[in-house]
This record gives sequence, structure tokens and C-alpha cells, in this order.
Amino acid sequence: MDMLMSGIGMLMHWDVLLALLVGSVGGVVIGAIPGVGPAVAIAILLPATFAMEPLVGLVMLLGIYGSSMFGGALPAILINTPGTAVNALTTYDGHPMTKRGEALRALGLAYGASFTGGVLSILALILFSPVLAKVAPMFGSREIFLAALLGLVLVVLAHRGQTFAAGALAGLGIFLGTVGLEPVKYTQRFTFGQDWLGSGFDLIVVVLGLFALSQAFDLLSSPESAPDAQPIRGRMGRAMTEVLGFKRIAGVGAGFGVLMGMIPGVGEFTAQFLSYTYAQKTSKDPDAFGKGSPEGLVASEAANNAVPAAAMIPLLALGIPGEALTAMMLSVFYVHNVIPGPQLFQGQIDFVYALYAAMLLLNVIVVAFLLVASNGLLRIIRIPTRFLGVMILVLSFVGVYSLRNSTVDCALAAGFGVLGLVLKRQNLPVVPIVLGMVLGGIMEVKLRSGMARVRTFADFFDRPIAAILGLAILALLTLHFVGLYRENRNRET
Amino acid sequence: MTPAPENGRRAEKLPRAGSRFRNVIRIRNFQALFGRFGRPGDLIFASGFMVLALALLLALPWQVVWAPRTRLYMQPGFWPGVAIACMVLFGAGHLLGALLSDRRPGWQAELLGWARSLEFAGWFLVYVWLVPLGGYLPVTILFTCALAFRMGYRSWRWMGLSGLFALGVVVGFKSFLQVKIPAGAVYAYLPDGIRTFAMVNF
Repeated sequence: MDMLMSGIGMLMHWDVLLALLVGSVGGVVIGAIPGVGPAVAIAILLPATFAMEPLVGLVMLLGIYGSSMFGGALPAILINTPGTAVNALTTYDGHPMTKRGEALRALGLAYGASFTGGVLSILALILFSPVLAKVAPMFGSREIFLAALLGLVLVVLAHRGQTFAAGALAGLGIFLGTVGLEPVKYTQRFTFGQDWLGSGFDLIVVVLGLFALSQAFDLLSSPESAPDAQPIRGRMGRAMTEVLGFKRIAGVGAGFGVLMGMIPGVGEFTAQFLSYTYAQKTSKDPDAFGKGSPEGLVASEAANNAVPAAAMIPLLALGIPGEALTAMMLSVFYVHNVIPGPQLFQGQIDFVYALYAAMLLLNVIVVAFLLVASNGLLRIIRIPTRFLGVMILVLSFVGVYSLRNSTVDCALAAGFGVLGLVLKRQNLPVVPIVLGMVLGGIMEVKLRSGMARVRTFADFFDRPIAAILGLAILALLTLHFVGLYRENRNRET
Repeated sequence: MTPAPENGRRAEKLPRAGSRFRNVIRIRNFQALFGRFGRPGDLIFASGFMVLALALLLALPWQVVWAPRTRLYMQPGFWPGVAIACMVLFGAGHLLGALLSDRRPGWQAELLGWARSLEFAGWFLVYVWLVPLGGYLPVTILFTCALAFRMGYRSWRWMGLSGLFALGVVVGFKSFLQVKIPAGAVYAYLPDGIRTFAMVNF
């Protein structure tokens, strides 16, 4: 309890609170603009946060991460266009409700469910943290290597239908992370005698290219669209309270969000899918799902908003990001010499609690903001897409150039922007590249240190956590291939 | 079910033709399990990626140092080797899938779509090149207005909005957040009174 109070005390500084306010409101606004999304915003703002205190910078980015999905529900419900990718499922039931003249009800339910999911997940994590503090020190080099490997395997397998592409792109990400000076024997790798490759590919340059610049190029080279939406009339506060009639679905959705968020590489989509399927299977009116079911809307929004808090768990406890956004946040930690991992949970648990308290507070700020600003946000939805592309391109410059004032970085980011656009048009995933880059670096270092006392292959798994992780990887691969075999057999018969 | 013979071909020949391609069909089924939905240009991307992966594989022996009397996992080349192996193996699977998938028309339009992004990459690089010369504020206003004009926003209203947006970005990031962007060379010609102010804030 003392640590919790100490964490809350860390939050009570004007700069931290201002960063939280800016991040939360900014996140809602960014989420409400289709075609931007939190990844683009975080990538652009990342270098600007390097000059801030770690907590200030992280709280701002967390604000964007945690609140963007609230904002993303607005265009998903009103104009059938998800503001962020994870709001796609919200369109299934949200927009049909709007077409029935129930826009206010749909928005109220979405905001209420998001709030419930966010708050429940944070409360669960606060209660869960003492356990994590005990488990985290049991992770040595081998365990962290295996956890990172599990994350990569999950990322590849989670892209069902694109497994080969995801694996190849994860390989590319790992490769990009190895270019330049190697950390143990200090030799150059794949620099081809070029000085500009000596320091390797900076994660932020790659991320800005793949997320922000690619999005700008896509918007600039696509046909113009300027969506329109009708103003919302009625009392939003009352509409939000209707979620109390769906307590079970919101609670289960939040539970799925917490569970899936904690597993690296899984995230919002699986949580939403499980939550939505559960809600449909247990509903008295399953046929209404996809046609404007309030239960479907609550299930989807409660699950996706429970993920951000949970996704911080592998990052904070093990230093392993589970998806692209937490991978970006990892660089904020590194810049400030705060190394996330078991030591953080042991020695600076108040810092962890401060982050949780910030996430709790951001949910309150966002709901208060949405109560008064939903109609104002409709103006932002109307920004024409090509002009949005111009804006993102101008903002991306700040992100890339302010890193090292390097023209080479900008050229590389532009190159990755083109690659990102090609991947987007080909419907191929970008996230494996980013996670491959981050997790590959962790795995290389941890494998080297983890192998120090290993004589045989079995020695690598002689500790309980290592054995569990090893078995989990094996089980996942086995289940995947058994699934493929069965599917193949069914196809042949 | 055996399909009906066409154009007078004998029915008994068909099973033989089927057996000839059975392995291919099996691979195709295997690939179909991964649920591949190829888009136009799929094969071009998959081939390009494979060429890159193989080129990196060929470069591996001479682009890393192989240390004598050092265990494999400690070798500087081990981890790039793992990465490239993943690229080659998974890339080959992806290419195989592209080869076996039904061709979709429109690869030329898709390539054109990829190429169109190069124009905007060019705009971005010109902007990057101009900022240290002309200064962040003037170049950003000029760039935003010019690109907005190029994209069809040609009224005074849009030009004004573009200028205001550019000003907001510069004031927000450079003046307020003090991000590291060098002062433009052109600022050296400003009068003494405002030179330092402009260099620090714009």
C-alpha cells in the first residue's frame, strides 16, 4: 500500500499531470481521425519525449496509447470507418445502431464499455503486481530469451493466413537489428564499407518510416475522401450508464483483454475476437450480432480497451514488448537509462504503480472530455484525407530529423516509408519487422549470457520457468501444425 | 469427382494427368491452409524479397567476422545468419504461395501505386535538404503550402490553413518543446536584434 501511495505521489506533479492531460486528450483526437492512429502519433512524438523526465514522457505516450481507442470508436460508429485498426469490430454493431437512429446510445455504450474495460484491467493489474514482483526475479537470461522467442513465435503464428510473410518479415526485422557494430566483439556486420551503416538502423527511424511516412504516402497517393457525420443530440452521460446493464459482458471482455494483452504478440484483435464470440454464444439474441447488437458493441470495446494496461506487463516485468507501440515505448526507457525488467519490479515498484495510476486517471480524463467534446470531434473527422497526408509528412520530419539531425536517417525513413506502403497495399503485416528488430536484439544478448553455464541442450531448460516457456513454445507449434494437418485432411475429404 | 473429358480427350488419361500434378496440388493445399489471398503484385513482392534474402545470404561470409576458437552462438555472424535463414526459409514459402496462387490482374496498376509514393518521398527529402539552409519556420510554411497546392488545395482558405498548421508545428515543437532542429543558415543574415531569437525558436 505504501508503494501504491508513493506511486500516486510521483504522479502529483504539474508536468506529469500536464503530460497526461495532453496525451489523453491528444490520443482521443488522434484516434478519432481515420488514417492516423496511435502508432503514427507515438512515432512522431517519441523523440520529443527524450528531453522529458522518464515518467513525463511515458505518461504522455501512455495517454495516447490508452485513449486513442475511445476516439477511434467515434468514426467507427458514426461513419462506419474505424479511427484505429482495433476499432474495426466496433463498426459491425455500432454503425447499424447509428443507421437505426441510435448514434447516441451506441457512442454511450462504446465509451462506457471502454471505460469499464480500462478501469477493470488496471485494477486487476494493481492487485496482480505483488505476484509479478515475486515472479519477475525468476527470469534470468535464458527465461528472457525464451519469453522473447515465444513472443516472436506468437507474432508469426498470430498472422494466420500470412504466416510465411510474417516469418520472413520478422527475419528482416531481426536482420535490421544486427546491422552495424556488434555488441560483444565490436566487429562490423553488413555495413558494406559504408560509414552511414556503422551505427546500424535506429528503431525510431524504422518505426517512423513504416508507420508515419507510409501512412502519409498512402493518403497522399490515394483518392480524396472527406467523410461527413451528423451531430449527436442528447445526454452522453446518461447513455454511458447504460453499460451497467451489460456488466457480465463488459467484465468478461476486460478479462480477455487483460489475458491477451499480457501475452506478447497477441493483443487487441484476439481479445476482441474471444470477447465477441463469448458474448454472441451466451446472448439471448445471437442473430442480432453484426446488425446492431449492443452486446456485441460492449464486448468489442471492453476487450480492446483492457489491452493497453496489460500490454505494459511483459514490457515492465521482463523488458519484452508485445507489440509495436510498447516497442516504441521501450526506447523511452532506454534513453533515460531506466531498464525495464525484473529489477524494475523489485527496486522501483512505485514507478510501476505511478504508471498504473496514470492509466487509471487517463480513463477518467478521457470520459470527462468525451462528455463535452464528442460533437467537436466531428469536425476533425471531416479533415480531407490528402490534407491529412500533408500534415503527417510535415510532422514526421520532426520525429526523424530531431533524432540526430541526420539526412541519412531521413532518407532511410523515406525508404522504409515506401516499404511500409508496399506492405500495406499488399495487406502484409508491418508489426513483425518492428518486433523482430526489438526482440532479436534482446535474444542475441540473452542467448550469449544464458549459454554461459549450459553444457547440453537440456541444461537450457533446467529451471522451472525456462521449462514452462520451452513447453509453451513446443505446444504452440504442435497445436499449429496439428491444426494445419486437420484442416488439410478435411479439405482433401 | 473426375471432371468430364473436354475436346474429345479420353477420360482414362485424366487420372494420369492428375497424378502428375498431385504433389503440386498437395503443396497447393498446404499453402491454402495458410489462407493466402494474393493481391496484384504479390509475385513481384515475393520475388523481390527472395532476391534480397538470397543476396544477403551470399554476402554473409564476407560481411561478418568469423572469430577463430569461438563457439557458434558467440560468433558475430551467428545472429545475422539466423535472421537471414528465417528470411530465406519463410520468404521461399511466401514465394511458393505466390507462384501457386491464382494470378490477379492489375499488377501494372499496383506497381504504379508503389512508384507514386516515390514522388512524395522526393518531396520529403527536398524538405529535409532545405531546412538547414532556409530555416525551419520559413521552409515548413513554404513546404506545407506547396504540397497542399500540389494536392489540389488551391484556395486562399486552404493556403491560410496550411500556413497556420506549419506555424503551429514549428511553435509547438521548436519553440515550446525545444526539439533539436538546427537553425537555418539564412538566419545569419537577420538583424542582430532578432537573429538569436529566430535561431533558438524558429
